[in-house]
Amino acid sequence: MTAHVLKLIVKNALRHKLRTALTAAGIVVAILSFGLLQTVIGAWYAGANAASDARLVTRNAISLAFPMPLSYASRIRAVDGVAAVTHANWFGGVYQDPKNFFVQFAVDARTYLDLFPEFRLSEAERTAFVRDRKGAIVGRKLANQYGFKVGDSIPLRGTIFPGQWEFVVRGIYDGGKPTTDTSQMLFQWDYLNESMLKTFPRRANQVGFYVVRIENPDDAAAVSRAIDEQFKNSIAETVTETEKAFQLGFVSMSEAIVVAIRVVSFVVIVIILAVMANTMAMSARERLAEYATLKALGFGPAFLATLILGESVAICAAGAAAGIALTFPVAAAFSAKMGTLFPVFHVEASTLVMQAVAALVVGLAAAVVPSLRSARISIVNGLRHAG
Amino acid sequence: MASGIPVYYVARNLWTRRLTTGLTAGGMALVVFVFAVVLMLDEGLKRTLVTTGEYDNVVVTRRASETEIQSLIQREQVPIVETHPAVALDRDGTALVSRELVVLISLNKRNSEKPSNIAIRGVSPRALELRPQVKIVEGRMFEAGKSEIIAGSGITRRFSGAGVGERLRFGQRDWTVVGLFDAGNSGFDSEIWGDVEQLAQAFRRTTYSAVIVRLADTRRFDQLKRDIESDPRLTLEAKREQVYYADQSKALSTFISILGLTLSIIFSVGAMIGAMITMYASVANRVAEIGTLRALGFRRRAILAAFLMESMLLGLVGGGVGLFFASFMQLVTFSTMNFQSFAELAFGFTLNGAIVAKSVAFAAIMGLVGGVLPAARAARMKIVDSLRAA
Repeated sequence: MTAHVLKLIVKNALRHKLRTALTAAGIVVAILSFGLLQTVIGAWYAGANAASDARLVTRNAISLAFPMPLSYASRIRAVDGVAAVTHANWFGGVYQDPKNFFVQFAVDARTYLDLFPEFRLSEAERTAFVRDRKGAIVGRKLANQYGFKVGDSIPLRGTIFPGQWEFVVRGIYDGGKPTTDTSQMLFQWDYLNESMLKTFPRRANQVGFYVVRIENPDDAAAVSRAIDEQFKNSIAETVTETEKAFQLGFVSMSEAIVVAIRVVSFVVIVIILAVMANTMAMSARERLAEYATLKALGFGPAFLATLILGESVAICAAGAAAGIALTFPVAAAFSAKMGTLFPVFHVEASTLVMQAVAALVVGLAAAVVPSLRSARISIVNGLRHAG
Repeated sequence: MASGIPVYYVARNLWTRRLTTGLTAGGMALVVFVFAVVLMLDEGLKRTLVTTGEYDNVVVTRRASETEIQSLIQREQVPIVETHPAVALDRDGTALVSRELVVLISLNKRNSEKPSNIAIRGVSPRALELRPQVKIVEGRMFEAGKSEIIAGSGITRRFSGAGVGERLRFGQRDWTVVGLFDAGNSGFDSEIWGDVEQLAQAFRRTTYSAVIVRLADTRRFDQLKRDIESDPRLTLEAKREQVYYADQSKALSTFISILGLTLSIIFSVGAMIGAMITMYASVANRVAEIGTLRALGFRRRAILAAFLMESMLLGLVGGGVGLFFASFMQLVTFSTMNFQSFAELAFGFTLNGAIVAKSVAFAAIMGLVGGVLPAARAARMKIVDSLRAA
């Protein structure tokens, strides 16, 4: 019985080959763009998702744009529960043209990589980086985009720190996980500081943010409070939060865009639902006479509903399978095109599940009205219908 | 066209199959909605930043600093700029300038307690004369030398502690909000203003971020720019205020338009497929009718035109519905972080004639493209075959 029903569904679906092919193509487009939009949203949250539980970030309480004295490092290290501390500054330099944006941090070369073990660098490259005052390391993705090789020099025009800066690539790091950001450039904080001592002594020995590794991730709240307590009522009060909260702070500032993309990703599903529902409505209307015949032969409304539902879901499933399969190559191409704008562009397993569920919902929803209609039609009226 | 098929025949065909027409036009309406909303957002952003700048004001910042927030101007450099002959003077003979300090502070939103970066601008007492679009609508102007601030209308609504009479704490002081200003939906609406000297002390800054000067004569801008940028004592650059703010939004504007147009194009593929399915069915259902029309003497070209018109009408119905709903978006304010200044910026959706025209054209083209193949099939039918199909 089931085999016969399946055969009937497939035959029905293939009756209008062109219409079925067009509908399936529409579903491919919709499922593909839904998947890409979800991945774009994921990319927005990539920093927060890749954040470690055991890392805290300490910044100036006024805002991230205000620095803190270098001397805070030793006082943070003395707080109970703190395992290690490193410091860094956002550099914000321009490489050739403002549109070539990538992240640059001036970092403490000796300690920064200890706190970020997911930045994989060979021992030799690491030593070369630490030894060269003007040395820098770049992520694999960044290196690929601009063709940076070890030994190359990278000129940057300073925006926050005035002047022309030259750095020499001493290593290229890889990501420990697919979600690791490999589009950053890190260089020696000491080099930046020594230059500032010469040009703007008031701005020297100032740190943009501290990264703190704690011994036990469960103590994050207590350690954060203890650190902020240290600097209460000082010139530079601090806010310490987990790395995840720190990253989410950035996301929430552009939340409106994320919300808009999320809404739009569901709009595409509604658009395709309209197309699919239209296809099913047309097919069902053309076959009213057949449905009446089936009813006259003794088949119930449930059987008709199975036929219509089955056809709708089958078309959606075919489209969705192709759409999901296409998501990977298209995402890879998109990622290559966008370069470092989206440091991490990774199709999550949950995205695939959502694509499949969306296709199933479209398939079922599109069949509702035609099924009801076919169930309600009386045999006489149906047979009279010219099709 | 004497041999054309009447438009009402076309329209009634759409009406006869209401469900199908509705679903197809509904899909198109959504695409046009997305398309129009993106254009409106981009337009709103541009309008906000263009109205922020006054054409005859010049923003002087440190060379290559890109934004005021990253700029530093040494105190001793300021008089050199202020005494330039191109700067306008008032009746007393003092220069129309504002020394400004712009920094970011992190404030919590009223409803969610989520922090966001806000630009706080220290200004000279003359700032309101330089920016005539900024008006105090509630309370009063801050007094020089006091810990008082005034908040833009966009800030007061969205951030806690920023209403008139409320207090904000930053820079080891409590600041009283004494006034609320409306800057005519410009970027200043997303800022807080205070006395530049007080803010500089609180933030321990010895430098300014920017100097704003009014030109005595708009034609003297080039002279001012050349003199400032070639003066070896200064490492500054000068831009017209309007140009400066337009540059500030370039990245965000590009991002919004690229994202929006890519989405619209991808979505329109779906909608065009929908139109194509509908039109193919419309042709298939009317094979005998087409044969009859041909037998009556209507030419292939007339059949082609009729079906193209039908699908274009389908697109236009969708476009009209989409635009109708998009026009309600004008009531909504959109706020996000400007990538270039890292500060929050609020702007609206602006609908104008160009956007309406573009959306309608987009809808018509979607319908047209979707209808080409089905219409061609209808036009190619042989009279005998199609009459026999009945």
